[in-house]
Amino acid sequence: MKLAISAALVGSASAWSTLTMKAQTPNSRRNILQKGAAIATAIAAPAAANAYAVPDLLYPFEALEPYIDAPTMKIHHDKHHGTYVANINKATEGKDEVDILELQLNALEAGPAYRNSGGGHYNHAFFWDEMAPPDEAKKTKPSAELEAAIDKAFGSLDDMKAKFEAQAAPGAVFGSGWVWICASSDGLKLVGTPNQDNPLMKGVTDEVMFPILGLDVWEHAYYLKYQNRRPEYVSNWWNVVNWDKVSENYAYVTENKAGVPVRG
Amino acid sequence: MQQIISLLSIFAVAAHAATYDLPPLPFGLSALKPMISKNTLQIHHGKHHAKYVDTLNSLVAGTHLENQPLETIIKESYKSNKSIFNNAAQAWNHSFYWQCMKAKGGGTPDESSHKQLCDKINASFGSYANFRKQFAEAANTAFGSGWAWLVSDRKGNLSVTKTIGAENPMVASGRLIPILTCDVWEHAYYLDYANLRPTYVDTFLEKLVNWEFVAENLERAMDSGRNWSC
Repeated sequence: MKLAISAALVGSASAWSTLTMKAQTPNSRRNILQKGAAIATAIAAPAAANAYAVPDLLYPFEALEPYIDAPTMKIHHDKHHGTYVANINKATEGKDEVDILELQLNALEAGPAYRNSGGGHYNHAFFWDEMAPPDEAKKTKPSAELEAAIDKAFGSLDDMKAKFEAQAAPGAVFGSGWVWICASSDGLKLVGTPNQDNPLMKGVTDEVMFPILGLDVWEHAYYLKYQNRRPEYVSNWWNVVNWDKVSENYAYVTENKAGVPVRG
Repeated sequence: MQQIISLLSIFAVAAHAATYDLPPLPFGLSALKPMISKNTLQIHHGKHHAKYVDTLNSLVAGTHLENQPLETIIKESYKSNKSIFNNAAQAWNHSFYWQCMKAKGGGTPDESSHKQLCDKINASFGSYANFRKQFAEAANTAFGSGWAWLVSDRKGNLSVTKTIGAENPMVASGRLIPILTCDVWEHAYYLDYANLRPTYVDTFLEKLVNWEFVAENLERAMDSGRNWSC
């Protein structure tokens, strides 16, 4: 039965997923640079075959205060994200270098290291870049195209936020996970995923979808400041969402029918 | 007087209405310091555990599961109702977890007072050190939010397992009997250890395990095996 379900998922995912594989990422120049750097590092220190890296935040650790506190940002970025990167590097050691985006599609088949650590790396890299300090974030807004898509799928931006908050509640994503707004073959969709799974991974949702907005609801994302009050973290988080970046993500995935490339 | 009686009966009804009551902690809020802080225990027991209990009670109210024993609710809802199962199992898991700890616990179980337990650990794992290694490995690798368990079959054969979310070995494949657990949801340790789950797990094993409780659980598991074979 399980097999039949996954076969159905593969089938429905194929139209979008083949495109994912073909998509040219705009940061291929960066990849070349990174490869160059990796080779240089390899020459200097042959033991370190370090393909993936934790990208620096685009803002200081304290920039998202008071909504996300500096200690949380530092541990979350340096330690949690750092561990995912170290583990995916270990799992891919000696193999051909593949952009982290491309590792997502077949992560479930590739095994727990790809699914958990590869997913963890992509999700966090995606997450950091869609946020901005509150005074900057409040000057951003969804593009006209994104707004139209949101209205069509959810009624309005406020309706979308309300549905997103309900999906982010502890009873909806139980335990560790993420909440996403994704572009699908049928407009925008709201979905929750467990652990470090994401909708780019074949088999996680009914079809492969392309996230444009994602929220980490692992307890480590909010526990130091909010403890058991996850809903407060979620409703406060809108204050640091960079809608210009979300709009860019939307434009990218609709044009390329592929997931958003991330730094790192 | 009549008013007082009717007030009392309201309380009696209200008390009766809850399918499961939040059990008090078996130790003071500061008893496990500095291994587990007062703040952590306060929130973990008073907020997380309490919330599972409250949600469970409201979900089963008016259903055939109302006022059923917690184990029955866990077993009955496992395949049929995810939210009842999650809250019932988390209510059980936390009640069990509290009893698995005590101040000045942990380390190797005492051979003279817990001979049967020590024998079964040695028979099943080769040594306490091997058990400890396996338990720590399970606790450290339960990805996301979960639990590490020492479980027994009805003959006292022990093994280590891990579960994700609310899952409990009594319903998971194998249906084994929990005799020890360590909560590795991040909320169990994040305020005290942040991302350092392995340090929390080592501390749990070295300083907190209530071996008396584990030995009693083993005894009960084997008793149920003896009754079973009759």
